[in-house]
Amino acid sequence: MDPARSFQGLILTLQRFWARHGCVILQPYDMEVGAGTFHPATTLRSLGSRPWNAAYVQPSRRPKDGRYGENPNRLQHYYQYQVILKPSPPDLQDLYLQSLYAIGIDPKVHDIRFVEDDWESPTLGAWGLGWECWCDGMEVSQFTYFQQVAGIECSPVSGELTYGLERLAMYVQGVDRVYDLNFNGREGAEKVTYGDVFLQAEQEYSRHNFEHADTAMLFEQFRMAEAACQKYLAAGWSGEGDTRRHLMVLPAYDQCIKASHVFNLLDARGVISVTERQSYILRVRELAKACGEAWLATDGAGASAVPAA
Amino acid sequence: MPDLLLEIFSEEIPARMQAKAADDLKAMVTNRLVEAGLVYEGAQALVTPRRLALTVAGLPARQPDVKEERKGPKVGAPEQAIAGFLRAAGLASIDQAKVQADKKGDFYVAVTEKAGRPAIEVIAEIVPEVIRAFPWPKSMRWGAASAKPGSLTWVRPLHSIVATFGPETEEPEIVRFEVGGVTSGNTTRGHRFLSSEPFAVKRFEDYVAKLEKAKVVADPARRREIILTDAKNLAFAQGFELVEDAGLLAEVAGLVEWPVVLMGSFEDEFLAIPPEVIRTTIRANQKCFVVASRDGRLANRFVLVSNIEASDGGKAIVAGNERVIRARLSDAKFFYETDLKTKLEDRLPKFEQIVFHEKLGTQAERIARIERLAVELAPLVGADVEKTRRAAQLCKADLLTEVVGEFPELQGLMGKYYALAQGEDASVAAACEDHYKPAGAGDRVPTDPVSIAVALADKIDTLVGFWAIDEKPTGSKDPYALRRAALGVIRIVLENGLRLRLLNCIGAGQNPFVIQPPKGVPDTLMQPFTASDKWAFDRLDLLSFFADRLKVQLREQGARHDLVDAVFALGNSSAEGGSGAENLQDDLLLIVRRVEALGAFLGTDDGRNLLAGVKRAANILRIEEKKDGASYTAAPKAALFAQDEEKALGAAVAIAKADAEKAVAAEDFAGAMAAMAKLRPAVDAFFDKVTVNADDKALRANRLALLNQIREATRAVADFSQIQG
Repeated sequence: MDPARSFQGLILTLQRFWARHGCVILQPYDMEVGAGTFHPATTLRSLGSRPWNAAYVQPSRRPKDGRYGENPNRLQHYYQYQVILKPSPPDLQDLYLQSLYAIGIDPKVHDIRFVEDDWESPTLGAWGLGWECWCDGMEVSQFTYFQQVAGIECSPVSGELTYGLERLAMYVQGVDRVYDLNFNGREGAEKVTYGDVFLQAEQEYSRHNFEHADTAMLFEQFRMAEAACQKYLAAGWSGEGDTRRHLMVLPAYDQCIKASHVFNLLDARGVISVTERQSYILRVRELAKACGEAWLATDGAGASAVPAA
Repeated sequence: MPDLLLEIFSEEIPARMQAKAADDLKAMVTNRLVEAGLVYEGAQALVTPRRLALTVAGLPARQPDVKEERKGPKVGAPEQAIAGFLRAAGLASIDQAKVQADKKGDFYVAVTEKAGRPAIEVIAEIVPEVIRAFPWPKSMRWGAASAKPGSLTWVRPLHSIVATFGPETEEPEIVRFEVGGVTSGNTTRGHRFLSSEPFAVKRFEDYVAKLEKAKVVADPARRREIILTDAKNLAFAQGFELVEDAGLLAEVAGLVEWPVVLMGSFEDEFLAIPPEVIRTTIRANQKCFVVASRDGRLANRFVLVSNIEASDGGKAIVAGNERVIRARLSDAKFFYETDLKTKLEDRLPKFEQIVFHEKLGTQAERIARIERLAVELAPLVGADVEKTRRAAQLCKADLLTEVVGEFPELQGLMGKYYALAQGEDASVAAACEDHYKPAGAGDRVPTDPVSIAVALADKIDTLVGFWAIDEKPTGSKDPYALRRAALGVIRIVLENGLRLRLLNCIGAGQNPFVIQPPKGVPDTLMQPFTASDKWAFDRLDLLSFFADRLKVQLREQGARHDLVDAVFALGNSSAEGGSGAENLQDDLLLIVRRVEALGAFLGTDDGRNLLAGVKRAANILRIEEKKDGASYTAAPKAALFAQDEEKALGAAVAIAKADAEKAVAAEDFAGAMAAMAKLRPAVDAFFDKVTVNADDKALRANRLALLNQIREATRAVADFSQIQG
């Protein structure tokens, strides 16, 4: 699978590369999310003391970015390749550059640059410092050292790499329109393009996101998801003092993700005013923060090793 | 004399932080060295994306020895006092102390000689302190160490530190210390891609030369020079001229260690987009320069600065950048063409949904206020009322366009393009751009009357609004750029020679901020400034803010600020005297003319002497009025004038006052000053020959009243008591 010939070849190359460096290779999270960061393998696992190295593809939905399949670069559904390494290893930049080399980007021929870009997710209550990584003037990845997630200081800090897979594939395949990407690496009658796989979906979801998504239902879903998240969090606490644990944070966090996606859909439909927008973001952030706090009281965060605060 | 070499090597430092970081490193290290008695001959800091470096030359090898004297108790003092003294001074027994005598008798003195320490030891303490306290605008934690509280923070992960110290002729020593798990040494690395193995460095010259060999230009000024020269030559060789951009140059120089300048091109069809949009797209998104043909028009070329000498000569890099720029320009073209499909006025209803400020209502309400004020101002500045109304309605509409959404810095300019495209009058279109001006000290001032009316209305609405909700600038905080707005008003008025009573413009009487919460905004989020609220707005306070800005402005032009005070004070004292607010000085142009005339007058002998005379009169009055607990504001009686000099002064004052007032009324300030000048001989003669504090009470009172007349007469032009000297 030549990474320069097929979209799936690129993905498989990255999977092999990060598997070789000890990452758990996960599959995509089975919910609608706006970015790979929302996957609990990043959001929640970046909290707490336990080491954690994982990599995965995450289908990401940004309803507002839909262009009815007419824009050569913008999609309302696309793939991110996400790597999370906790604690951030000292040679993370080198590892990243090696991964680019693996997919055919030779730093002796291409101009690779780390350009300041401080990352912040208002809905996740998260921020970090890092760069956007440029290849010949094109942003191909985000590189972030998480400082805070869900309003909680990261201890230790994780390094997060997010590759924009379509962009990278377009670059290595030399294609100007995303739908022209060779998906399966075959030629002639057997060739399947990105357009063959996703063009219809882009058109349909654009209609849905901008014109038909049922806003009354979505407002209701937002409220339901918010209430469910709070309910599950309240029900999950057990024990007292040092032995206080949370037993149901993952299901609660699913509802936080759901609320976030429903908000994105409502936003795309243009039914949320500028001022309301801020208050919705704050409501999702409150959920994320509460989930983060609950996560710290679980084994996944290393709570069994260290008494919970 | 030994030199220090320091290099802090990290992951990529944001370009915008580099210059200040270099300055900070130099200042922090050298200040601490001097504090420690280590005086140096010279210092230089360098910075690249991956390293902050500093050399401090000509340091002493050791700190100077210090002798400290500590005064102790009296000879024969109680034992506890002696013991405490010995402990504090670090002496073993009282025999080690000296005995000195003063008026009160003999006492002990401990003399401790503190030997200076080797400089290298002191540096080894200073550098880690500086690193720990370094003032990055934003810094971060990283790696396994970040699991513990108090771990080192830096702008990005810090990897290695070079610290060497030694005289020119010898192999320098490593200044040994450890900070955040990084141990100092003498090895560094070259370019990330063009150099492979780490190497050892000795001193500054050796460091810079070895880096150069390892494809790193350490000096940012040299990188800028290389980029600028190469870019100009490359453009010139192709028959173009580089469009220079100092801000971009500095940023790009902060993104590369080994600048290699290349040129790319894009399709001609994109040149149909306004050139500013092309330039902003290429600059903001791609950090590339644009080039122009010899006739000044933008060409379909761009200059990029890469960080490597590529093995294919840069072909892939140029091709990659061209693809990105093509995609960006396609987006920009699409935005521009989409924008052209909607008329500016059709965008306006959307402003009803957009909050300008939670207490000052929506953008739609703000635009309506600007329109009202601009229309009122139009006749005063010679603008066509209907064109002004149209311009005020449309001037903010481009904020809702795609291009401005993408590039906020193009606000106004795009409004002009779109207004012209939909066939608006040229003055209306110009106002869409120029009503934001002047945006800063170097910016141009609008001259078209329509632009002037809208620009003044925009700025005055901002000032009045934020004054009304008590969001005035304090100290260094001016989040709404109100100082800039006031200065903008001042410059527009002065540079266009406008006659405007400011108090009539800044919310005379009625409250323009009767605001309803915008539709769709929850009530709780809005705190509207409603009609029922107290119109708690002090216009005189805002006027004095203008006075302060004017003073700053005039001072920068070399005028004396006390003269500005002398003119402004006229209004205040008159108001106190109950003569009404019509004397308030709120006409900026007249104020400046008055200040100029006053300055010129005080430059003459007559002016200086008259000032001295008036001050003398005022001083005598102040003292005597205080003594008597009375004021001498009544007119002097001519019948009581006993001496010729009194009579002459009485007559001269009356004439000077009348002439000066007449001249002021005709706005002939030079004439008013000339009238004042005629007063001088009479004043001089009066003080020469007449004794104010005469024994005869009636005579004395009348003379004081005459002095008061001098003070009053000069008020026709300025309050002389505010003038220094």
